[in-house]
Amino acid sequence: MSESEVSPEKAAHYWRRNVRLVSILLAIWFLVSYGCGILFVDWLDQFRIPGTGFKLGFWFAQQGSIFVFVVLIAVYVIGMNRIDKEVAHEEEGTDFDI
Amino acid sequence: MDPIQQWTLGIVLATFILYIGIAVWSRASSTSEFFVAGKGVPAVANGMATAADWMSAASFISMAGIIAFSGRDGSRYLMGWTGGYVLLALLLAPYLRKFGKFTVPDFVGDRYYSGTARVVAIICAIFISFTYVCGQMQGVGIVFARFLKVDVNLGVAIGMLIVFFYAVMGGMKGITYTQVAQYCVLIFAFMVPAFFISFQFAGNPIPQLGFGGEYKDSGQFILDRLDGLTEQLGFTPYTSGGLTTINLFCITAALMFGTAGLPHVIVRFYTVKKVKAARTSAFWALLFIAILYTAAPSVAVFARTNMIDTISGTAYKDAPSWFKNWEETGLVAWLDKNGDGRINYLSGSPFEISAGDTKLKPRFELTEGKRGPHGQRLVLNAPTDNENELLVDRDIMVLANPEIAGLPTWVIGLVAAGGLAAALSTAAGLLLVISTAFAHDLVKKTFKPELSDKDELKLARIGAGVAVVIAGYFGMNPPGFVAQVVAFAFGLAASSFFPAIILGIFSKRVTKEGAISGMIVGIAFTALYIVYFKFINPSANSEENWFLGISPEGIGTVGMVLNLVVTLVITKFTPPPPEEVRKLVERIRLPE
Repeated sequence: MSESEVSPEKAAHYWRRNVRLVSILLAIWFLVSYGCGILFVDWLDQFRIPGTGFKLGFWFAQQGSIFVFVVLIAVYVIGMNRIDKEVAHEEEGTDFDI
Repeated sequence: MDPIQQWTLGIVLATFILYIGIAVWSRASSTSEFFVAGKGVPAVANGMATAADWMSAASFISMAGIIAFSGRDGSRYLMGWTGGYVLLALLLAPYLRKFGKFTVPDFVGDRYYSGTARVVAIICAIFISFTYVCGQMQGVGIVFARFLKVDVNLGVAIGMLIVFFYAVMGGMKGITYTQVAQYCVLIFAFMVPAFFISFQFAGNPIPQLGFGGEYKDSGQFILDRLDGLTEQLGFTPYTSGGLTTINLFCITAALMFGTAGLPHVIVRFYTVKKVKAARTSAFWALLFIAILYTAAPSVAVFARTNMIDTISGTAYKDAPSWFKNWEETGLVAWLDKNGDGRINYLSGSPFEISAGDTKLKPRFELTEGKRGPHGQRLVLNAPTDNENELLVDRDIMVLANPEIAGLPTWVIGLVAAGGLAAALSTAAGLLLVISTAFAHDLVKKTFKPELSDKDELKLARIGAGVAVVIAGYFGMNPPGFVAQVVAFAFGLAASSFFPAIILGIFSKRVTKEGAISGMIVGIAFTALYIVYFKFINPSANSEENWFLGISPEGIGTVGMVLNLVVTLVITKFTPPPPEEVRKLVERIRLPE
């Protein structure tokens, strides 16, 4: 999009949605890493992931948080592409530009 | 030359020829190609290049070993280095790409409408990059020395030559495509032994799953078994932590916010076509990084379990051959304190630090043929009064993995090539930041704006060349402080760059006075705290003297909070930024 086409209201709306998506994702980011992996790790360790040797807190600290991080960025990419499309207008190229 | 060395030499040579071939094919012909690869790198390729750039010699060689010996406390590296990536992807990459110039100091200088801010950013970028790059060159030398038995300095020189060739010639374009190849080499080299070892121990070739599996069909989970073994030997059980919660929290945060502020990784997002591609490539990069980062804790568990099983209480004459091989290189040392010929492995330091050493390392008897009664190398350090007799270097967990798992010799050569790929790719990325900071930010933007594109390119090449030589020199003669400071580079980056960039994007009101004073207060506080506890008064470096119980590794988090507070307070009392800056911020918030 060329910037001259975007009205200030539209730009502000776009930015609000952007910030909301990022805030939600960062809340989850904080919860799985600092929450499950550090602050509540000992409490979570009383539970186990069924069928495995993983204590839940330990799993979050060493593996689970990383999986969640990857998913968070994937959701961010898809979410932002959708916001781009809805608020501004369609860019040339495909949805998932790879 | 034995078969291991032949294989290693063959594989390493083949990869080097590959890297040079790529560099010749993709050499840069303009400043835009040299600094940001002409902004034409596809997202997947940029993702791989970023992953290789990001994962240093330490990630490849040392991380699994650090985790193996620190158990759950090792999570700080796993979460810190990957979690920082989320911040980078969500808060920095898309906006800096939209900003559309070459470097981080470019952004800081323009957003804070000030040459001073630019110069502060240049100094931070160069300082952080140099600290880091010396460690990489040293890593190259160590891999050469251990696997090919050549002199460490010769190893560094060979590494310098290779990096010199493709960084100076190819610039960012050459580096990017070389890093793609290096990612493939390093991930293959890390995963092949991991598959085998996971299959042997847990009956499942996927290490991420084998991690939670049963130990050799014994009906006991491997993690439970390891908890039992570690506790029995007097260590903290593997899945419990020894660090206090606040300290662990702060160290993890310093690593996270610090990684997000590392200039050589941020600059990678300038190389893609569009904002959309910057987001996508951040996703690919973390996915590629996560493959190694989720396998590393599994490898750590298998290696530690195996080490305790095969070594603890075993008579030296019955110890497996890898144990003796690595003893020859000095990564394993055994001091038979009670003279029973058995290797007693327990918690605690086996012997004292020798005079003149800064950390615990074995001093061996070097006279030819002078050996202990069981054929072991004699350790000259004074024994401690506990019962532990064994010192194991953490790097052995990855380096010796193929031998421990009894894998074919070519796999060992592969691991060497992987370690080199990890070190060289990171070194090249950092050298480029240094040369760009010099030619573009310092000379062109600060002193000589009339410099032509051609001269700037020439200057950037010279800058890269000089930087390689300096880095190589420090790799051969590491100044004592470098090794100690590397670990703190993250805290310094967190307390200086990160708040300035974030506030620059998410606030239109923050002023240059606020940002500059914030950066200076943040980095000065962090640096002073580290210097005090590490150099001025190291004997006081213990929990009761730390501020709120936070160790120097984690103090960058406090420095970052200070930076934020100072920036916001000063901003309140200074006039708002000019209209162009408000426009700039509005512009970078929108995609193309």
